[in-house]
Amino acid sequence: MDLVESYKEELRLVRKPWTGAGIGAVVIALALLPLLKTDYLLYMGTVVFIYAIGVIGQNILIGYTGQISFGQAGFLAIGAYTFGHAYAHGFGIAVGILAAGMMAGVFGLIVGFPSLRLKGPYLAIATMGFGVAIYQILLNTDAISGGRMGFTVEKFPALFGLSQTTTFYYFTYLLAIFFTIISYNTISSYVGRAFIAIRDNDISAEAMGVNLARYKLLSFSLSSFYLGVQGALFAMLVGFLEPNSFTFMESINIFVAVIIGGLASIGGAIMGAVFIIVVPQLVGGMKELVPVIFGVTVLVILIFEPQGIAGRWLKIRLFFRNWPFR
Amino acid sequence: MEKFFQYVISGLSTGSVYALVALGIVIIYRSTRILNFAHGDMATAGTFFAFTLLGMNIVPALSFPLALLFGAALAMLFYFFILIPAQRRSVTGLGQIILTVGLSLILQGAIAYLCGTDTKSLDFPLSDSKLWNFRGVVISELNLGTLVISLVAAILLYLLVQKTRLGLAMRATSENLPAAQTLGIPTRMVLSLSWGLAAAFSVLAGLFLAPALLLDPFFMLEPFLKGFAAAVLGGLQSLPGAIVGALILGVAESLAGGYITIAFKNTLAFLIIIVVLLFRPEGLLGKEFKERV
Repeated sequence: MDLVESYKEELRLVRKPWTGAGIGAVVIALALLPLLKTDYLLYMGTVVFIYAIGVIGQNILIGYTGQISFGQAGFLAIGAYTFGHAYAHGFGIAVGILAAGMMAGVFGLIVGFPSLRLKGPYLAIATMGFGVAIYQILLNTDAISGGRMGFTVEKFPALFGLSQTTTFYYFTYLLAIFFTIISYNTISSYVGRAFIAIRDNDISAEAMGVNLARYKLLSFSLSSFYLGVQGALFAMLVGFLEPNSFTFMESINIFVAVIIGGLASIGGAIMGAVFIIVVPQLVGGMKELVPVIFGVTVLVILIFEPQGIAGRWLKIRLFFRNWPFR
Repeated sequence: MEKFFQYVISGLSTGSVYALVALGIVIIYRSTRILNFAHGDMATAGTFFAFTLLGMNIVPALSFPLALLFGAALAMLFYFFILIPAQRRSVTGLGQIILTVGLSLILQGAIAYLCGTDTKSLDFPLSDSKLWNFRGVVISELNLGTLVISLVAAILLYLLVQKTRLGLAMRATSENLPAAQTLGIPTRMVLSLSWGLAAAFSVLAGLFLAPALLLDPFFMLEPFLKGFAAAVLGGLQSLPGAIVGALILGVAESLAGGYITIAFKNTLAFLIIIVVLLFRPEGLLGKEFKERV
């Protein structure tokens, strides 16, 4: 872990100039990606950005606040369908995304209430029940889900003379950066410290003056807001919604991304999102083996590297910081 | 009134399958404090094993017990080769639950890879269409068989836990692990047997569900979630609670499906979970728990 010498340093987004240069290089490289003119790469980038938003949100909930959740697919569905209906009724994209996030946030608040009384495995069941219930409600409510025909959402328009893919790439790129910065700031503020205190020991956090109910609910609804936004962007990406995009497996996917990326690390959340998007592409023809790879990775990570990819990355950096002098 | 009894009977039959699943979940939770998210997938693996054996023309009387053993072996291997190393490296309780999620993904993928994702039908000795009529209440041979087998399994479990030395060791281990260790109980052996027993129960449920649901790599997901709901309803710590919870859930589902609407039959289980967790988190027959600082 990095050594922090003052509060001012703690609040800085980037602490070492070289780290800044590295992050800057990645950000600029991603901004220049459309110059390669490969739609495939752009599409993959877009999917990663979209997932990164939700995974960062879940990392705030699972990694920082320590509240387990298996209901991600439910929030995604709420976000996606809210956006779809708002957009279809003539509201703008910005309003639609905001509405999607808000709606998911409100549901997050409702699901958060059991978390005031439940812990660990019990909370996992309650949230899982929520996710599956939303899926089944969608299956049976044609007015929301469009029934057998599915629900078509208009794709993101092409703007500024760029192609549709490129415009949407830049849009998700900016949103992903926005949510990353917001999350870093949330975590280093008093809200983030309250979250971490709750994770480490909720009773002593309460004794130290953290309002448990308030911050647990805040964490739930904040993370659900992120998922709602992810759902809205997903709706615009695929242009077609059906309940089967929001099964329990989808929750597991996002959960796996959080674990593999590394708990309590926003950079890790992004790496986790990259992992769950890129690995299935690398496997190619044998789609059935993707869950096996995810499962084995989860086992290996939990047993050998509980901090995930982010923890391994940090160790590699620390190793090379003084290399070859140890 | 006959309609009512009809719903209750079919509800009891479904509930008895949920009870088998719920019993497995409770056995594992009681002994190791782990919520086994791979429970359904262990059942699927065992059922597919039985399917493969039947495909090789091995009689059901032999292939079904072998399938139970296969499921048990799978769970014990997981306990010895994943869970124990994880505990040595002091993975947290939540981490251990996530390990079972990992196992569930592995089993799911492996089954889909080895057996394909298309649906298959299992040649079951009991038939779904042969019906018996008791004064207007109709019950199929399969449902009756399910009820009987679940009842027998539950009684055997009761005898095992309450009347044998192994059962005593199991109870002692779940009560207080360090104390049981000090008293010379081979806790690892006992715990691995608990895992194996639980997996065998879930495979049994899988075998009886397969003829009605058709076999595919995800066919146990829903029954597993129901078993979960039943275990929570009855109290995650209590074996009789699991049976009571499962029967209540089965009957409630059947009545709701018959009298209200079939569409939301499956959502009911999760409504029950959330309501129970909010108002009585320890379940119907569970002991109330308090946390000390």
